[in-house]
Amino acid sequence: MANLKNVTKKTKAQAMGMHTEVLTGRTQQKFFNPDEAENFYYFGTYDVDFNKRTDLDVKNMSAAEANKEIDQLMSQGFGTIVIKNPQGKHSLGVGILNKLNLIFEGSLGYFGMGSCDGPIVRINGRVGWSCAENLMAGKVVIEKNAGSCFGAAIRGGDLICKGSVGARTGIDMKGGTIIIGGDAGAFTGFMMQRGRIIILGDVGINLGDSMYDGTIFVGGEIGSYGSDAVDAELTKSDQDWLKRKLKVAEIGENFDVSKMKKIVAGKKLWNYDNLEPTEKKGAI
Amino acid sequence: MCGIAGLIHRGKSSNVGHELQGMLQALKHRGEDSTGYALYGETDGKNFIMRFKVGENVGEGSTSVAEDVSVYDERKKIVDSYLSEIGAKIIKEERILPYSLRYELQYDKKDLLEFSQKIESIPGVEILSMGKSLEVIKDLGNAKMVCDRYNLDKLVGTHAIGHARMATESGVDIKSAHPFWGYPFSDVSVVHNGQLTNYWNNRRALENKGMRFMSECDSELIAVYLAEKMRDGASLEEGMKESLTGLDGVFTYFVATKDSLGMAKDTMAAKPLVLYESDDLVAMGSEEIAIRSILPQEIDTYDPFDGEVKVWQI
Repeated sequence: MANLKNVTKKTKAQAMGMHTEVLTGRTQQKFFNPDEAENFYYFGTYDVDFNKRTDLDVKNMSAAEANKEIDQLMSQGFGTIVIKNPQGKHSLGVGILNKLNLIFEGSLGYFGMGSCDGPIVRINGRVGWSCAENLMAGKVVIEKNAGSCFGAAIRGGDLICKGSVGARTGIDMKGGTIIIGGDAGAFTGFMMQRGRIIILGDVGINLGDSMYDGTIFVGGEIGSYGSDAVDAELTKSDQDWLKRKLKVAEIGENFDVSKMKKIVAGKKLWNYDNLEPTEKKGAI
Repeated sequence: MCGIAGLIHRGKSSNVGHELQGMLQALKHRGEDSTGYALYGETDGKNFIMRFKVGENVGEGSTSVAEDVSVYDERKKIVDSYLSEIGAKIIKEERILPYSLRYELQYDKKDLLEFSQKIESIPGVEILSMGKSLEVIKDLGNAKMVCDRYNLDKLVGTHAIGHARMATESGVDIKSAHPFWGYPFSDVSVVHNGQLTNYWNNRRALENKGMRFMSECDSELIAVYLAEKMRDGASLEEGMKESLTGLDGVFTYFVATKDSLGMAKDTMAAKPLVLYESDDLVAMGSEEIAIRSILPQEIDTYDPFDGEVKVWQI
């Protein structure tokens, strides 16, 4: 395979307008030509108006009924939806593929906000296991605690938990940012491949075990390092990015990021590059 | 998969039978091969309550072999005669189902080992629980079915643990259902979600030390493991902490005694648990919806971390 970092001529992807900069490797940003915008809509997504707001009480609904109702409201143009009485139900808010302001007044069970691409979500409660699994883009903010496998396999977006999270946070993540205001459990960043995890509190054993790439920043104590996870120098650029991110996340704005530890993969895998999947596909 | 739930009221009693039924029914999608309750009721503390079975439920889905009710009658007669022999007086007896009985016993000795060995020497007879407030009720079906069958809805007590089982490691029968009594200790019960991978090694070692196993369910090991630790002088919490290294596999389990409730989570935190704690109530379950069945209002809950052991007193 060609060394993608050394390609000097414009690739097919660049010619399509997907990139305006030379690929230098680690980047989470993708650039699209506005003229091509119509090519980037998912089937079944809607144009919504953020100023058009409604409430939805899901107390007596199943998760499937609630999700269908959310879809129905989006199809009517509602861009801000407030979900009342989620009461720990599983799989709420999954598969939302367009921009939307979604607010949950209460807690979610397992797999909340899974496989989403684009919504801005605030959960005024806690979430169970596997919140926002496979998130592609958007922002999910949890005001309380979260269960295990938080942000499993996310590809992009910002996932923020203001409380503590369980084990295997960011397992298999391939992009995006996870920010934890409290502590995180064992195996955080397990097999992570790209993206960044920020933990302001303590973290459990086997941090970053078998990580391929990506970066983990820890503000508190580390239980132990996993295989392949090593310390790295915290640069000025890292600190600037951390400050910016914590401010945007409305969390730990005054946190002293200069004392954070930076953990990266200590092993370079054979035939592994750190391009985003879309970049790689386009370049080939 | 299996689901577990537990609650403890601190400083008061409540309708724990009804509450646990709601919690376990909310978890029925995690398994409804069998459901079990360990309820710590209000008693005067004078007499023992013995829950035992003289046969299996051979209804739909059961892996047990059908027996004639006359066989159960015969076993019951032998139990009654053995109780008389060892000096236990039956104060009250209830035959809830042909194979399931509840006795209130006047028995003055503290050591239940000899007592239990004698009763369980009768083929087909198993003591489900023995204690002065503990009652273990377990049978095939989901939480509501078992609750209705045994009329548990009105049971008042301080704490309880329960289990909704999807049978994976052993048969669909009462002997493999949770909770397990911490034989031969009065008022000790255990429920477990997970798999133990060093079951046979531990079982062989414990059997060589004289401990008893009634099923081939890996979860029974936890009850026997803790019972052995306590027999050797460890406190419940010490035994639970030792179990984190002594037991291999993935597990979250609850253990309850006459006046306490504890939880332990393995070092990989591979099995779920959500916990709610306030000054007067601790409630926990495999999923938050279990807790929501008794606390529908917005509450603060959290997941205990890997390798965590907690014990609460009533």
